[in-house]
Amino acid sequence: MTWVRGGGLSALILGLPLLFVFGMFSWFPIVRAAIMSFQTTNLVTDPVFVGWQNFQQVLADPLLSTAVLNTLYFAVLALIFGYPIPLVAAVLMSETKRGKGILSALAYLPVVVPPVVAVLLWKTFYDASATGVFNTIVGWVGLGPFPWLQDPATAMPSLVLEATWAAAGGTIIIYLAALTGVAPELYDAAEVDGAGVWRKVWHVTMPQLRGVLFITFILQIIGTAQVFLEPYLFTGGGPANSTTTIMLMIYDYAFRFGSYGKATALSLMLAAVLAILSVIYFKATAKWSKS
Amino acid sequence: MKSTRRNVALTLVGALTISALAACSSSSDGETTTDAAETPAADEPVTIQVAMDEGLEQGAIDAFDERIAQFQEANPNITVEKQEYNWVGTTFTADLAGGTLPDVFTVPFTDGRGLIERQQIADISAQVAELPYADDFSENVAVAGEDADGNMWLIPIAAYGQGIHYNRALFTEAGLDPDAPPTTWDEVQEAAKTISDKTGQAGYVEMTSANTGGWILTTLVYALGGRAETQEGETTTATINTPEYKKALEMLASMRWDDDSMGSNFSHDWGTSHADFAAGKIGMFISGGGDYGNLVTQNAMPEEDYGVTVLPLEGDDGAVLGGGTLAAVNAKATPEEQAAAVKWIDFYYMEKLTDKDAAIADAQVTADQDQPVGAPVLPVFDKATYDESQEWIADLINVPLEQFAPYSDNIYDQPLAAEPPVATQDLYAALDPVVQAVLTDENADIDKLLSDAETNVQGIIDAS
Repeated sequence: MTWVRGGGLSALILGLPLLFVFGMFSWFPIVRAAIMSFQTTNLVTDPVFVGWQNFQQVLADPLLSTAVLNTLYFAVLALIFGYPIPLVAAVLMSETKRGKGILSALAYLPVVVPPVVAVLLWKTFYDASATGVFNTIVGWVGLGPFPWLQDPATAMPSLVLEATWAAAGGTIIIYLAALTGVAPELYDAAEVDGAGVWRKVWHVTMPQLRGVLFITFILQIIGTAQVFLEPYLFTGGGPANSTTTIMLMIYDYAFRFGSYGKATALSLMLAAVLAILSVIYFKATAKWSKS
Repeated sequence: MKSTRRNVALTLVGALTISALAACSSSSDGETTTDAAETPAADEPVTIQVAMDEGLEQGAIDAFDERIAQFQEANPNITVEKQEYNWVGTTFTADLAGGTLPDVFTVPFTDGRGLIERQQIADISAQVAELPYADDFSENVAVAGEDADGNMWLIPIAAYGQGIHYNRALFTEAGLDPDAPPTTWDEVQEAAKTISDKTGQAGYVEMTSANTGGWILTTLVYALGGRAETQEGETTTATINTPEYKKALEMLASMRWDDDSMGSNFSHDWGTSHADFAAGKIGMFISGGGDYGNLVTQNAMPEEDYGVTVLPLEGDDGAVLGGGTLAAVNAKATPEEQAAAVKWIDFYYMEKLTDKDAAIADAQVTADQDQPVGAPVLPVFDKATYDESQEWIADLINVPLEQFAPYSDNIYDQPLAAEPPVATQDLYAALDPVVQAVLTDENADIDKLLSDAETNVQGIIDAS
């Protein structure tokens, strides 16, 4: 009764819709997936419990190592291009005196384009014939034509290029917001001490953005580990499995081969690895963040 | 206080989860166990959803609506609703599991056995056995829709042998005779190079994605006398690392890297290859011999540009890879819906093959809407029945039969071989990357690719 008088009941009633929505659309599928990973099921006939068999089969799949390496390759390329570019762009934009609004809008525009539309658009740009959009452009300076998506060596970098273009706007906006929180007095003080633009960036901006940088870094890692849209729509994992990622493998298990047990088993393993990685990352950087 | 709140919340979440789980399991139980032997009530009103090809022209949609009206007139208790559907390998499994398929849908021969073994479709064998032509199916064709005991769960509605489709306009532009298409693989390669050199379009294109890479590669291998699997009793052995597979891949590699006659897109699937062929961007490609309707109706190919010929066969065992379409009934359909579904399959797909009036009525509706009538296919029953059905509709045939001559004059004399029987789609999927590697990597090691693929496929066969 104390709990009711203290507002517990009303809080619970207010929270019910939220609990229901989360329960139905987040927690229930997670629980269901966890159960399914120990079953053989095609979702039509009754499922059969098979213990750890799905996990064993996934780990024994010769494609798994390829998918893991491809995902890491994507993650590394995406970090090299996708992490510093938005930061540099945001810093430069914050230094701009005029037209900051227009620049922000332009930077954010790719994020507004529906991802599937963007990928299909880029797919036509990547046309490997000499008359393709990108090949025509590089042809102006005497290069190409390049096979882009049609070659195992260039397919993944081509995917990363589009992914960076598509995602950079969102990150730039986060950095710009964080940059506005940096006290102007710090820059004034640095200027008084004779610091140039780069010293200001290195000694004032970067330390002030550290918290945001940590978060965007781990979000980037998690995001790239779950890359699906680009390989699915651009290449279907090809050519010759050169762009098959873990998420695409999960999709293929489920929706191409109907092995929902294996799909959920691999999903759980990916989730576990990402969770462990996140914990290690936060532990490792906790001290640095506070300093 | 805090812990009480947390407990209440947790209990609530738990209750939600359990009730949702319970709701799900009870519904799936109820839906999956349908008894084929159960006799449905005769005239109870029933509504069924039936598949209609995706992306049809308005004329074809009108023709379909007309057939529905005729069916409903004959069966006043059945309401038929159409649902756009095309079988697509990469989404079919999801549609099946998600319960979004119509009550009547079609699948390729490849999928029949697996669907039966996994009981993912309704067992309509009792109703099928009562159809007057149940015992008349061609043996090669019937087996695709039957379980191991010979009960027919899926009804074969069309059969085809693979063929080489070619663009007559590109042949002419390249200085080749469109009435004398290639008859050997060397001639195919030469024609591809000529088309590519003279027109700038792809001379020959090979599908490579969504299981079609393995499918077409295996078609080539069958034509060269090889097979993908051999069966001895209960044991199935993958036969991928063979001279025939190597020869087929070497031929593709030569066209790609020596002749550069395959264009610049090496990620074609069924849809894109047909679209590009219809658009005049491809000189030749291999696909099912019965694709004329799709090319003209859904991809707007000018009919005067269309040509088709048989695959050149080599060696003692050279054969045409056969295939076809099966009509299936959704496992979630009630016995009444199943009975109505079989009636629809009988009316829409089968009657025109066996009954003169039905054949003429169907052809009339189709011709009235300017849709193709009479494109040559392989017989579902026997050749005599097929020939007879073609005679019935002779006056209504509106496709340019002379352009089919290189195919139709020869296909009935070629030996037809069924697709690999075990884990067919998985086998094709495992071969996709092999074809892609050969077409995108000049230094691809064909021996290693084939050796790895064979190990991979054998593993899939053993696990299935």
